Amino acid sequence: MDFGFKLSPSSAVNLDTVDHRRFDRLAQLVPDALTCIGCGSCSATCTASAWTGMSVRKVLLGLQRGQDAEVDKMLSGCMLCGKCTMVCPRGINTRQLILTLCRLDKKGEMVR
Amino acid sequence: MVNRQPIIAVIGAGIAGLEAASQLAALGYKPVLIEKAPVVGGHVAEWNRLFPDMTPAEDVLQPLLAGTAKVRTLLNTEISAINRLKDEYNLILSDGSSLLCQAVLFATGFHLFDASKKEEYGYGIYDRVITNRDLEQWFNSRQDARIDKPRAVGFVHCVGSRDLKAGNPQCSKVCCITAIKQAIEMKEEFPDAEIYCFYMDLRLFGKKYEDFYIRAQRDYGIHFIRGRISEVGEAIDNRVVVKAEDTLSGKPVKVTLDLLVLMAGIVCNPDAQQYAREIGVAVDEDGFLKSRNNLAAITDSSRPGVFFAGACTGAKTVPETLAEARSAALAIHNYFNSRG
Repeated sequence: MDFGFKLSPSSAVNLDTVDHRRFDRLAQLVPDALTCIGCGSCSATCTASAWTGMSVRKVLLGLQRGQDAEVDKMLSGCMLCGKCTMVCPRGINTRQLILTLCRLDKKGEMVR
Repeated sequence: MVNRQPIIAVIGAGIAGLEAASQLAALGYKPVLIEKAPVVGGHVAEWNRLFPDMTPAEDVLQPLLAGTAKVRTLLNTEISAINRLKDEYNLILSDGSSLLCQAVLFATGFHLFDASKKEEYGYGIYDRVITNRDLEQWFNSRQDARIDKPRAVGFVHCVGSRDLKAGNPQCSKVCCITAIKQAIEMKEEFPDAEIYCFYMDLRLFGKKYEDFYIRAQRDYGIHFIRGRISEVGEAIDNRVVVKAEDTLSGKPVKVTLDLLVLMAGIVCNPDAQQYAREIGVAVDEDGFLKSRNNLAAITDSSRPGVFFAGACTGAKTVPETLAEARSAALAIHNYFNSRG
């Protein structure tokens, strides 16, 4: 039956239901992932960001907020140029982090 | 009976050394101030006005100078070596003389991080990039060709602080409030200028600091952008173009500035580390001198007879440094009392 209206799913982040397995596995493999302070240096210097929305900062945040689809879309824009690794004040090996993340599925299983 | 004759070498005649020496002299001891520079007063003497009340730096120094007027002060004097004897320390000074003392007080303070090490910010490369100290000196002298009626000014917080790769992972603590102070002063000087502060986190912990922040936003219209500048370039007209991410909107931002001020962070004075090693005093993993206890005995070193005051143990504000200097004087007094 068509009532002529529909309910939109909430865009709020529900921390009760966020699946942490992918981030937890990443943090195991690349412990530096836990040290990001969200300063945005990586995104500001990113050569791909303006066209693809890639941002290492947002990838790390998105993972912890259950936004897997957005994360994977951003990752696909990365050209692995390594500029973000150069500017990170915490010395995070962002390149290794991105490559590792690309191999993990939503459940944190190594699939590639 | 208290022995009031001991000689105490106070290394460094910045505000920590001056205040401690003044208190020690008042307690009846014989402090000797040893200062590398030709003048006393350290960093504060180079500063113009101090947060949070815009007090002229000179007003802080004057009572300290009065209190140490009768204290033996060796200017232009470096310490070539320190030897630890049984209960005493022997300092070999750069003029070839030596000083035998019964206690040593490190009031060696800090060094500002060398901003040219962060090459991506262009200090020493681009004309319009200066440091917090350069700006403060301009407030004093009004002479700096690089500051010429700027219409857009940027402040970069955390330059060489909270920066693992620059070798200084600690928060330098006073730069947030210094940036806001200097931003307000620049806005007062150049009311038409747009002023931007690029920060990672704002740490406004001290008395009245938060008021300062609100005034900067509300009364001076200073723009706060949460993002660390990733690179600076020079435009054809010598202005500088900075790139950052505005992490709150999630968008890259770019702005062209007439002046970029780098808030250079605080690192330990390397001389202090050298002296500490010579007499077996512990240096902490953050590069600053290591207190016996970070809560209850911050002015005590790991060695009897060696004490700390001020920024040699970490970044400090002026009131913290002065309070610690008084505390160190009392700790030295108790040390001699307990030895009879």
